[in-house]
Amino acid sequence: MTQLLPPIGAVLPELVLAVSAIVLILIGAVRGEGAANFITGLAIAVLAAAGVLVLLGPGGETVAFNGSLVIDPFGRFMKALAIFGAMVALIMAVDWQNREKLARFEYAVLFVIATLGMCMLVSAGDLIALYLGLELMSFSLYVLAAINRDSVRSTEAGLKYFVLGSLSSGMLLYGSSLVYGFTGSVNFEVIATVVKEPSIGLIFGLVFVLAGLCFKISAVPFHMWTPDVYEGAPTPVTTFFATAPKVAGMAIFIRVVLEAFPHVAHQWQQIVVFVSIASMVLGAFAAIGQRNIKRLLAYSSIGHMGFALVGLAAGTAEGVRGVLVYIAIYVAMTLGSFACVLTMRRQGRAVENIDELAGLARNNPLMALMFGALMFSLAGVPPLAGFLAKYYVFVAAIQAGLYGLAVIGVLASVVGAYYYLRVVKVMYFDEPAEAFDPMPTELKAVLALSGLFTIFYFVYPAPLIEAAGVAARSLF
Amino acid sequence: MEIGLSHYLTVAAILFTLGTLGIFLNRKNVIVILMSIELILLAVNINLVSFSAFLGNLTGQVFALLVLTVAAAEAAIGLAILVVFYRSRGSIAVEDINAMKG
Repeated sequence: MTQLLPPIGAVLPELVLAVSAIVLILIGAVRGEGAANFITGLAIAVLAAAGVLVLLGPGGETVAFNGSLVIDPFGRFMKALAIFGAMVALIMAVDWQNREKLARFEYAVLFVIATLGMCMLVSAGDLIALYLGLELMSFSLYVLAAINRDSVRSTEAGLKYFVLGSLSSGMLLYGSSLVYGFTGSVNFEVIATVVKEPSIGLIFGLVFVLAGLCFKISAVPFHMWTPDVYEGAPTPVTTFFATAPKVAGMAIFIRVVLEAFPHVAHQWQQIVVFVSIASMVLGAFAAIGQRNIKRLLAYSSIGHMGFALVGLAAGTAEGVRGVLVYIAIYVAMTLGSFACVLTMRRQGRAVENIDELAGLARNNPLMALMFGALMFSLAGVPPLAGFLAKYYVFVAAIQAGLYGLAVIGVLASVVGAYYYLRVVKVMYFDEPAEAFDPMPTELKAVLALSGLFTIFYFVYPAPLIEAAGVAARSLF
Repeated sequence: MEIGLSHYLTVAAILFTLGTLGIFLNRKNVIVILMSIELILLAVNINLVSFSAFLGNLTGQVFALLVLTVAAAEAAIGLAILVVFYRSRGSIAVEDINAMKG
């Protein structure tokens, strides 16, 4: 019997997100600005529901809409991670919205739409779905960066993000058109069967596509927007930028190179190795002079994307597993760090300078301990989670014979340790400044969970590695 | 002279280069940047449609239609952000986008 309906059951999480985004807009339009907190609560519930649906979805690989969407274990892992990041970032925004008198219902709706774009992006099976998912995500993010419309810095961040983001989408699109022209198809699987020998036009297309994707994960040399946008955007939005879109971007990066271009691995590996080295080195050195904690975390995220790409450069199932574990741990650490940044308020005003953390160990020893653990973990000090994450990708790189890459990675992480440890030094050894305003309960919970996860991950790492291993193997 | 695929691709490549240069060399006005972005998307559409015609494959034209739609949304969002920026900064000159260094 011919199938009349496309297999919509497979895309149930996306459908839930899309329909509820529309419903939330309607509720917001009817109930007005006063409904912001109600709608934020609903949006958190919707994201949680979508996350549960992703995890409960059928196992194995389903291809929907003529190959446009591929729902496989890899997609499930990354989607669950992206939705989790978005949900926690939205929870962390609730208190901030009310304190800054910025409670607008559009905020939560844009989170839901951006997450929908990420889910489409993660399971994209052809270049058209990739482009549409990417733009759905990016457009919501441009608006979110400028959501504080009365602030020069927020609107400037939105403008910069928009201009550079559009340029990168244009490059990705130009690359897509070349790939389509030289292979005759937009479907990743068909492209992989057609491409046996690299031709000049195809390599051009590949380079343009990868340049566009590098922008989305803020890898050098397409990182210029990151520090400004992180600094200018409201902090809860920055939290979101640093987690979920990075997950989705990395997922589609991996999917494109491994599903569409497995036979020109030698070509894209050179690009990935270069991007990875450049990101690690720039992330390590450029962060040293930073005074603003959000800019510091921006350079930190550039560096971390470089480390994650080390695993992809290996091009093996083991390497991809390393990337997935790395991204999961990175998301957990980043959410915790931003919970601390969101707590940095005095007399109701947000402060962002690293020196403002002075003496935190005496004013709030527990928060200082957790933040310190997160900083050590971001630096990659054993036995914290960040060390194990780096360990997996470096082992994969060494097994693939990329000794130089692994050595440079270790050196870059040593340099990077300097600025992470400086934060710890300011917290523990500098003259105490005034205490921060009390920390809201949800931020306490996020910080505690993230801190405990990073400290005790090494005790029982098996579940995450197992899940990432299943996800990585589905691509090979 | 027969006009072939390579001519179309050359036009598209020139337009793409002009668009990219327009973003980087422009020192005056953000509106010009928005126009440059449209130019890039147009170059892509020429590419897609000419490939589609020469391959005898409709996918490229479908792609081009979707790109047109997304380009419209992109222009709307870009202009909206520009208006908000103008309200708080009072200028849309490129050199005035300098509240943060970098």
